[in-house]
Amino acid sequence: MTPLFRPIITVGARAAAFVEFLGGVGYLLRDAVLAIPRGLLGRRGRRLSWRNLWAQMVRVGVRSIPIVMLVLFCIGAILALQMAPVLKNYGATSQTANIISVAVFRELGPLVSAIVLSGFAGASIAAEIGTMVVSEEIEALESEAISPIRFLVLPRILATTVMMACVAVVGDLTGVLGGLVVSDSFLGISAAQYVNRTFEAVRVQDFVTGLIKAGVFGMLISALACFLGLRVTGGAQGVGVATTRTVVLTIVALITVDLMFTSVFYYYGW
Amino acid sequence: MSQAAIQVLDVTKSYGGEKVLDAIRLDVIEGETLVIMGGSGSGKSTLLRLMIGNIAYDSGDIVAWGKSLHSMTPRQMDDYRRSIGVLFQSGALFNSMSVGDNVALPLREHTDLPEPTIAIIVKIKLELVGLREDANKMPAELSGGMMKRAGLARAIALDPKVLFYDEPSAGLDPVTSAEIDQLIIDLNRKLGVTSVVVTHEMDSAFRIADRMVLLDRGKFVARGTPQQMRDSDDPLVRQFVHGLTEGPLTDRRRAGGYELDLLGGGV
Repeated sequence: MTPLFRPIITVGARAAAFVEFLGGVGYLLRDAVLAIPRGLLGRRGRRLSWRNLWAQMVRVGVRSIPIVMLVLFCIGAILALQMAPVLKNYGATSQTANIISVAVFRELGPLVSAIVLSGFAGASIAAEIGTMVVSEEIEALESEAISPIRFLVLPRILATTVMMACVAVVGDLTGVLGGLVVSDSFLGISAAQYVNRTFEAVRVQDFVTGLIKAGVFGMLISALACFLGLRVTGGAQGVGVATTRTVVLTIVALITVDLMFTSVFYYYGW
Repeated sequence: MSQAAIQVLDVTKSYGGEKVLDAIRLDVIEGETLVIMGGSGSGKSTLLRLMIGNIAYDSGDIVAWGKSLHSMTPRQMDDYRRSIGVLFQSGALFNSMSVGDNVALPLREHTDLPEPTIAIIVKIKLELVGLREDANKMPAELSGGMMKRAGLARAIALDPKVLFYDEPSAGLDPVTSAEIDQLIIDLNRKLGVTSVVVTHEMDSAFRIADRMVLLDRGKFVARGTPQQMRDSDDPLVRQFVHGLTEGPLTDRRRAGGYELDLLGGGV
């Protein structure tokens, strides 16, 4: 084997591993979707599933709202403060509200909420499922003929997808509010003006594309977390590794998918 | 009548090129308590997991009540899993649910029984293992022995035909260990549940076993009744059964080239 081959082999191995990883996550999502009929609508599964689902929604969404609000409020405020001097040069200070609202609804609301949730939902789900693997609970589920996908993964994916959309909406409003407070207090744009401009600028598409992104982000976060959690080996250290990998990979995936979405929406003029 | 409930036929399992189990043959007879013994790394946990259908074997076959595990459809596998119960080493209780909910889970998932009936069945199962008053406790509040008993209650929730125990005495004090052994005996004798126990605790093994098999490096090296094992002349069996410090098992470890390694011969 000549030394020439070694870099090729390394790159090839990495690429193969990456494709395997994508495939694995894809299969997990497929299995979760296939589990929906029995999981949510089946006679027996129903008793536990909805309770389970609700518990997950509270854990993922409700608990993260205060942090999301804080972060988005600051982002709205920061945007307003950063843009004010620049816009002043163009005599366009009045456009502050327009710009902030579109940026928040289309991009920053969903993305930043997702990044916050990659901690609340992603890391927490990966750690929880990883610990269950180590303590043989997953094996116990399988030996009781209960599919871990239906029982654990599906509720978490559904809960995170739905709650991400809700949290994104809350985030959007709070971001706009942050911009409003700063504009009203420091930039000489009255609250009424700001609100008017916001309604002027935001179209239904902006809101809807933001929501779609948020839902997909939610699905990504939980699917990655469940996948990496289920693959944990090696005890407590393995759980730690999986949790870290989840957060890192989730953030990378979020930004990449965001770029893809934004390009597609741009191309289609949405 | 001694019918084989589960038959392991020339099963081989390898992990990463290393053979963990080598052409294993074993019959689990209806109604017996079979103890599978072996040191760490002998392959006994792998054998257990193969028999409960959690991992797949590389060659050979495992036949349960006439059906090969390999050729089962997912639904048939579910049926098989419902007819067996497994007690994992740590109890493997679901940490987010109370003891009662843990025991009720198989009932809620696999039967159409109404909640009041399920509640009664849960009480019965918990009473059998002596935990009826602890139904509302969370797993984190339980001692090791209680966790195993709760895990056992869950394993018998659907009245399985065969119970598998993975090191039931691991980490328990002698008294609790004896209590668990008594539970195993009671379930076997009074309820007619066939029991397969993986363990290396000799006291427990001799207390509960009808038949014993000794696994070493992926192969069976001895089989027989407890008396036959005790009386065996085979040096390896003798060392294991009587817990001797001198014998084939320790010789094997010593053959690792200690002097050479220390004095700079090896890498």
